[in-house]
Amino acid sequence: MPVITADKLQDNYDVVIVGSGAGGGQTAYTLTMEGVKVLMLEAGRSFDPATEVAMFHTPNQAPLRGEKTPDKQYGFHDCSINSGWDIPGEPYTNAHAEEANHFRWWRQRMMGGRTNHWGRISLRNGPYDFKPRTRWGMGFDWPISYDDLAPYYDKVEMLIGVFGRNEGLENSPDSSPGVLQPAPKLRVGELYAQKHGKKVGAQVHSIHRAVLTRPQDAESLPKKLHPGNAKAQRLLADNMRSRSPCFWATDCHRGCAIRANYDSQTVHLRPAMASGNLDILPNAMAREVTVNKDGKATGITFIDKTTGREGHAKGRVVVLAAGAMESVRLLLNSGIANSSGKVGKYITDSVQSSLSAHIPAFEGMPIHNEDGAGGPHAYVPWTLLKENRNAQLGFPGGYHLEFTSGRQMPSLGVVNGIDGRAGSSSVLFGKKLKEEARRFYGCQLGFGGQGTMLPNDGCFTELDPTVKDQWGIPVLRFHWKWTDAELNLVKHQQQHIRDLLEALGGKVSKPETDPAKAIKQGGTVIHEVGGAIMGADAASSVTNAFSQTWDVKNLFMADGAPFASTADKNPTLTIMALAWRMADHLMDELKRQNI
Amino acid sequence: MNTNDDLPRIDRRVAIHWMLGATATLATRDAPLSAADAPIQAKGYGPDPVMVKAYKPGDVWPLTFSDAQRRTARALCDVIIPADDASPSASAVGVHDFMDEWISSPYPAQAGDRKTILDRLKWIDDEARKRFQKAFADLTLDQQTAICDDLASPNAKDKKAASFFKRYRDLTAGGYFTTPEGMKAIGYVGNMPSATFEGPPLEALKHVGLA
Repeated sequence: MPVITADKLQDNYDVVIVGSGAGGGQTAYTLTMEGVKVLMLEAGRSFDPATEVAMFHTPNQAPLRGEKTPDKQYGFHDCSINSGWDIPGEPYTNAHAEEANHFRWWRQRMMGGRTNHWGRISLRNGPYDFKPRTRWGMGFDWPISYDDLAPYYDKVEMLIGVFGRNEGLENSPDSSPGVLQPAPKLRVGELYAQKHGKKVGAQVHSIHRAVLTRPQDAESLPKKLHPGNAKAQRLLADNMRSRSPCFWATDCHRGCAIRANYDSQTVHLRPAMASGNLDILPNAMAREVTVNKDGKATGITFIDKTTGREGHAKGRVVVLAAGAMESVRLLLNSGIANSSGKVGKYITDSVQSSLSAHIPAFEGMPIHNEDGAGGPHAYVPWTLLKENRNAQLGFPGGYHLEFTSGRQMPSLGVVNGIDGRAGSSSVLFGKKLKEEARRFYGCQLGFGGQGTMLPNDGCFTELDPTVKDQWGIPVLRFHWKWTDAELNLVKHQQQHIRDLLEALGGKVSKPETDPAKAIKQGGTVIHEVGGAIMGADAASSVTNAFSQTWDVKNLFMADGAPFASTADKNPTLTIMALAWRMADHLMDELKRQNI
Repeated sequence: MNTNDDLPRIDRRVAIHWMLGATATLATRDAPLSAADAPIQAKGYGPDPVMVKAYKPGDVWPLTFSDAQRRTARALCDVIIPADDASPSASAVGVHDFMDEWISSPYPAQAGDRKTILDRLKWIDDEARKRFQKAFADLTLDQQTAICDDLASPNAKDKKAASFFKRYRDLTAGGYFTTPEGMKAIGYVGNMPSATFEGPPLEALKHVGLA
């Protein structure tokens, strides 16, 4: 079973999955390894990471030195095509006029979805993150605990390959012994922050990222992941052997032709296709979930973008993994799974701000190669748990800090601000400019904070009453409103980053004291989740603890939509762990003939 | 997973855009004085460009500079980034062509630079003739530097000319340090695959008091 065109659709599938990213990929992998016949619909075109990504290209080989444009909103060489916050023909709207209350919605219309483009940061949610109401008195407790998901975190990490160290941190969980790949050595800036950050209570630890630092153990891991399933073991071992470990060059956001880092195709879809149990239909824009008179899902109506014709894919079970907001849109356009009235409610995103400074101690440092694993090797986890036990800092949860540091490949803005740093009142040029550029290059260190967001009544989405996209499908209208919790968190974040940078001898040029200005707009972090949250009962949530919709028993959610809140951790690893757990439950339900 | 069954790729669309743009450029070159005001007709590279291709200025949309503008732009680039014993000048690695690509861009973010740079390239030639009776590109380095010193000064009388110079400096330096030669000049030595990552060398750790 391969990548197909609409005319090659089979009459019926066991499961139809919408979306080929982290959630859809994991679901397809888990199901097809167990012999379930799966169809996956993807709105974008096929994409081959082995031949289409520009790993070693320098900016001068791209138009405009690779700078961001409306066509490539993360820059020319970023591994995203037909993607962005604004896509021609695919509008969405915001209910409020004020920019501060806008939500920006990133769509990634390509095979593998957003897994083509991300930092590969793979942190587990901690025990408190699943129980925010119990812990901080706000938001909703998830209907699952960390212990429910821990075995699936282990499985996902073994499957995709995650480097990191077990540091014994509270609420930033360790993995089981033998699960993690070795963490790479830290860079100078990361080590320097590790030493001097202690003065302000910032602990620098190895980060966890989905990048192979050595070949995967193709002998033992497949046996652990698929006990008693010789075929799955063989397929997985073959795929693991096809992956090379990191060669310590190039930015992971460009994609990885040697398969050292995780993307959905590299890890999930290749073995799933090799099983013979997966058909993938690209260029298929899902319109709605069809249901029969008994209220059971029967399949998906889609637009074949190559012909403009509408088609229908039939399945005994439907799984939505189109990206949280796109899946919510499908539910709303189908008019299903919404007896609670909660579809579209409780959208959350990581609460982010950033700050950087010039670190004089780095000037004149001996030149060396700091590319490393194409992204950060370290981070600052949230450790002020005691201080914020009862949200007495003014916000629930916390935040971790991600580094931007090092002697990275120069971009067009590489000398920005150089005159001020050099203490020159005039604009530097000539030989002096070349000298100063060399002196200051690599001396900038910055941090971006990723913080907890609990659901509030002001952040939700609904169908726009009039606007439709180019295929005539009604679009989403967003409502967005920060509460004091997020603004207080960002205020704390800005102060903490400033303290940290100053502890490193850095001079922060223009600190932003207004949190409403420092906070990144909703959606711009591209961590949006929720909209079909899981819960303990059908009145207050859309799905049960297995991401199965309360109202439509054979309809499941496998992306970020069932998240009941955003932790101070990045969502992708948790999306995959939830999807694997959901898929196990789905197969149990099929076996028991419940669906 | 190949792309055989998929949507047509960008190449044909780009070709059409290029032809449309080329027509616009011919019109522009008939009246170089109005180039700064002439709207860009070309389209961008679209949302699905071939990422692995190595592009050069002019590959996706047509360029703008007349011969005279190009000469001035090139000379100004080299006053900003001259050659030295260790590394080449800006023009030796084609930064003036990048400047032309930048100001010829069909995207809104570059429209302001287009007008400023085209206007000011003429202005700087006028200034050169006024002060030294020659085009900017024909001046000695000392004469060119004298003009640029005035523009770079915090006391520059013509604030608009000064802000042009800073912008042109930023684009020239950015355009230069994003080439392999410029990366070498600034001290970036990555983008090389390696079997291992050994972390920072001892000298680097010593430099910041970590060893």
